Amino acid sequence: MEAIFAQFLNGLDKGGAYALIALGLTLVFGTLGVVNFAHGALFMLGAFCAVTFRRLLTLEQVTVSETELTPWGSPLEIRVPYAEQWFGDFGQVLIDYSVPFSILLAIPVMLIIGVAMERGLIKHFYKRPHAEQILVTFGLAIVLQEVVRSFFGANPIPQPIPSSLVGAADVGSWLGMQANQVVYPWWRLVYLLFSVVVIGGVFAFLQFTTFGMVVRAGMADRETVGLLGINIDRRFTIMFGLAAILAGLAGVMYTPLLPPNFHLGMDFLVLSFVVVVVGGMGSLPGAVAAGFLLGIVQSFASMTEVKAIIPAIDQIIVYLIAVIVLLTRPRGLLGRRGVMEN
Amino acid sequence: MFFMNRRDILVFAGFTILVLTMPIWLTPTGAAYPALMQTFAIYGIMVIGFNILFGLTGYLSFGHAAFLGVGSYTAVWSFKLLTMNAIPALLFAVLLSGVFAVVIGYVSLRRSGIYFSILTLAFAQMCYSLAYSVLTPITNGETSLQLTLQDPRVIDLAFTERGSGLPVPNLFGLPMTGLTGFYFCAVILVLAFFLAQRITNSPFGMTLKGIKSNQNRMDYTGFNTRPYTLAAFVISGMYAGLAGGLLAVTDPLAGAERMQWTASGEIVLMTILGGAGTLFGPVIGAWLVKYAENIFSAFNESVLHNFFSFLPDGMEEPFVWVAALFVGEGWHLTLGLLFMIVVIFLPGGIMEGVRRIGTLFRRRPDTSDGSAVSAKQQPAE
Amino acid sequence: MTTNDKDIVLHVADVHKTFGGLHALSDIDLQVEQGKTHAIIGPNGAGKSTLLNVCVGRLAPTSGAVIFDGHTLTGKKPHEINQVGVARVFQTPEIFPELSVLHNVMVPAFAKRDGSFSLNFMRHLDTQSDIRSEAESVLEDVGLVAQKDVHAGSLSRGDKRRMELAMCLIQHPRLLLLDEPTAGMSRHDTNTTIDLLKRIKERGMTKIIIEHDMHVVFSLADKISVLAQGRIIAEGSPEEVRANPKVQEAYLGGAH
Repeated sequence: MEAIFAQFLNGLDKGGAYALIALGLTLVFGTLGVVNFAHGALFMLGAFCAVTFRRLLTLEQVTVSETELTPWGSPLEIRVPYAEQWFGDFGQVLIDYSVPFSILLAIPVMLIIGVAMERGLIKHFYKRPHAEQILVTFGLAIVLQEVVRSFFGANPIPQPIPSSLVGAADVGSWLGMQANQVVYPWWRLVYLLFSVVVIGGVFAFLQFTTFGMVVRAGMADRETVGLLGINIDRRFTIMFGLAAILAGLAGVMYTPLLPPNFHLGMDFLVLSFVVVVVGGMGSLPGAVAAGFLLGIVQSFASMTEVKAIIPAIDQIIVYLIAVIVLLTRPRGLLGRRGVMEN
Repeated sequence: MFFMNRRDILVFAGFTILVLTMPIWLTPTGAAYPALMQTFAIYGIMVIGFNILFGLTGYLSFGHAAFLGVGSYTAVWSFKLLTMNAIPALLFAVLLSGVFAVVIGYVSLRRSGIYFSILTLAFAQMCYSLAYSVLTPITNGETSLQLTLQDPRVIDLAFTERGSGLPVPNLFGLPMTGLTGFYFCAVILVLAFFLAQRITNSPFGMTLKGIKSNQNRMDYTGFNTRPYTLAAFVISGMYAGLAGGLLAVTDPLAGAERMQWTASGEIVLMTILGGAGTLFGPVIGAWLVKYAENIFSAFNESVLHNFFSFLPDGMEEPFVWVAALFVGEGWHLTLGLLFMIVVIFLPGGIMEGVRRIGTLFRRRPDTSDGSAVSAKQQPAE
Repeated sequence: MTTNDKDIVLHVADVHKTFGGLHALSDIDLQVEQGKTHAIIGPNGAGKSTLLNVCVGRLAPTSGAVIFDGHTLTGKKPHEINQVGVARVFQTPEIFPELSVLHNVMVPAFAKRDGSFSLNFMRHLDTQSDIRSEAESVLEDVGLVAQKDVHAGSLSRGDKRRMELAMCLIQHPRLLLLDEPTAGMSRHDTNTTIDLLKRIKERGMTKIIIEHDMHVVFSLADKISVLAQGRIIAEGSPEEVRANPKVQEAYLGGAH
């Protein structure tokens, strides 16, 4: 029982990442009708926002001590990050909490990238065949990841968890189970809460604002909304920016769990496509539900007991589910009729 | 059964000559060495097959590299277990990739459009993951599947003694190395082209074009489109398996990275760069991509410094720095940019560009003298 | 309904079709006689297209059956229905825009000759001279032979419709379904099409035609069924229908 509950928890944070990426993917698909193969690259760019932010914070001033020597006899170099010099203790906190603070950098950066992408490239592909949309965004994904590689190298760059969030929470004891039976790392808990809050925010935004209402109406029937004389294109550009921010934030917060490298986006993209397809193209609740579902299923499949029965099932379970869902429920779990059916 | 019209004969003869004389006309470009020409021939086969599915039938598969991988593994196993002869290796490679294609195609083709692309992508990733994990006894995981001195090779060893070094794949005793290896691949490329030409010019090929053009009309015209698309999928999967087998013949080694989806993407790029739906186009696309890969990835900083040494001292560094992004390790950046440029500006590929230039030339003299340029008809497909 | 059963080619037997709670078709009973042209008319939203879609297998009826020449069409796939001899012309032309006009017409001939699936890839198109000449003669019939090498996508709308008709005719269907074959055509083109359809009639092909243009209906139809709100409200020869007060009220509105 405890083991099962622990696996369930383990699946949730990954599920949160899938859900965030898939939500953006399906938003873009539902509003703009574009299949964006570069969406994974946005996740990766978000992760590198965190890397960049930390690098900026930890830029150090090097002074050579005139009195002290190193054990090898050379003058001792004293390295002090500028952030500490300028802000003192707050600077230290800033560096310690660099990952969550990178959100502040990631939001404007991702918004700019997203809007630039939509205005500069995607806009010209609305009326082109889906195959060409796939191909051009695929090309863009390669370009983005190669640019990142040329600046950050090919190796994963680990990002630290803020010191007060290192370690694990004894979730089991909170629920009245025996102590230390179900432990869950704090940062994963943070990630899970973060994704739930962001997803909730997006839904609230779509549900309760006029902007959101128009977007939802546009997802249901673009032509009719266009006929009402509402400038839907402008809103869709912002939608694309929002999707980019979602992917970026998912990437920022994920860095302590998985050191980012340049092809992180590609790895997550394939999985998020599977999530979108399983949830149903163009269905927002479907994307969220399928994201968590697949995260949990993947977590269970990686249990040694399960792998003993079906070897390597954790590697392929997600794809297997996608195949089964597409064959039995072609529109996905929560998909609507008439989306992408020609 | 082997009827060809004049145009077919010209196209086929032209292609054959082009391929077989490759060592001559490639000499000025510095690409006329066997290893690269083999790659040209092999990826030519790959894209000819891919084009039957994508160019003729209109189904964009993002998982064709999986069949390439299956072909390679099968061929290497044939070398290890049976004989170093290339023929059985290729036969098994084609057969097994065909079996994979039947299974994957049967499932994936139940959907079309974007769903089909995602399904093929999912299957290819599944194959890739399996090759790296549970199938390591068969694929040897990250270390790649290779020949060893202890391989059983039952057929070969029934006739000859085990030699001292690692054996080389052969064609009934003729070793598949150097130019011999290239000509072997070239002959198979020509045969593959011939079959593709037959398919394109047959009622079957016409049906595939109809499916690409308007599947709804095909249904109401009395065609059961599912088996047609499956046939196209399996044929193209077998072509990919053949190409994978040939990769193993020229270099008996098979690794899972051949199955990665970026490899599938490269195949798509070759096809659209040349011109999907044409016979020649994809092959030209494959040659250009492989040639560029060879040139660009060979560059390094010192070559670049030499190249830009004519610039004043202050200018040299930034130029080298910018250029270095695109060459060597950064070759994929060039590839990605190329991909985008082609899709944005020339979705019909090079063949479309040639056709446009052709019409430009044909239209202009219309006012003065039409007969002189009528020989400049649009280029053969 | 006392017609001899042998002469009935298509029997739409007691068909109902509901979408959600909406009754699109109710109690439809239709008998189409061999060699006759049967027109279905009715105001917009009367269920004409739904009825046609039920006949060709695109929609499954909620209850009832469609029987063609002894075959039950209900539940069959579109290609199976075509293979038993039913061809269809769509309201907006469904053609192969990327292929030449000649090839557009040859493709259906392959389906007729080789069946719904054939791996005929070792044959060359140029050796199919029988089908090519047949396609040319059908194109001659519809007046498109001069444009046979043109890309079908570049034809005018009227020409596309005539080509689509040729694509059906080359299959020598036993039953031809026409969904507003003259919609959007000029008066001249409409008259050409009427003449063409009359000529086909002389060959004994059975037709069901859905049409708005009364001129077309009354020049071609042997029998007319009037559909309103998913029900057949009148049926008979053109004269009977024209005289029927219910029809005048529901549809003709006294215009004729």
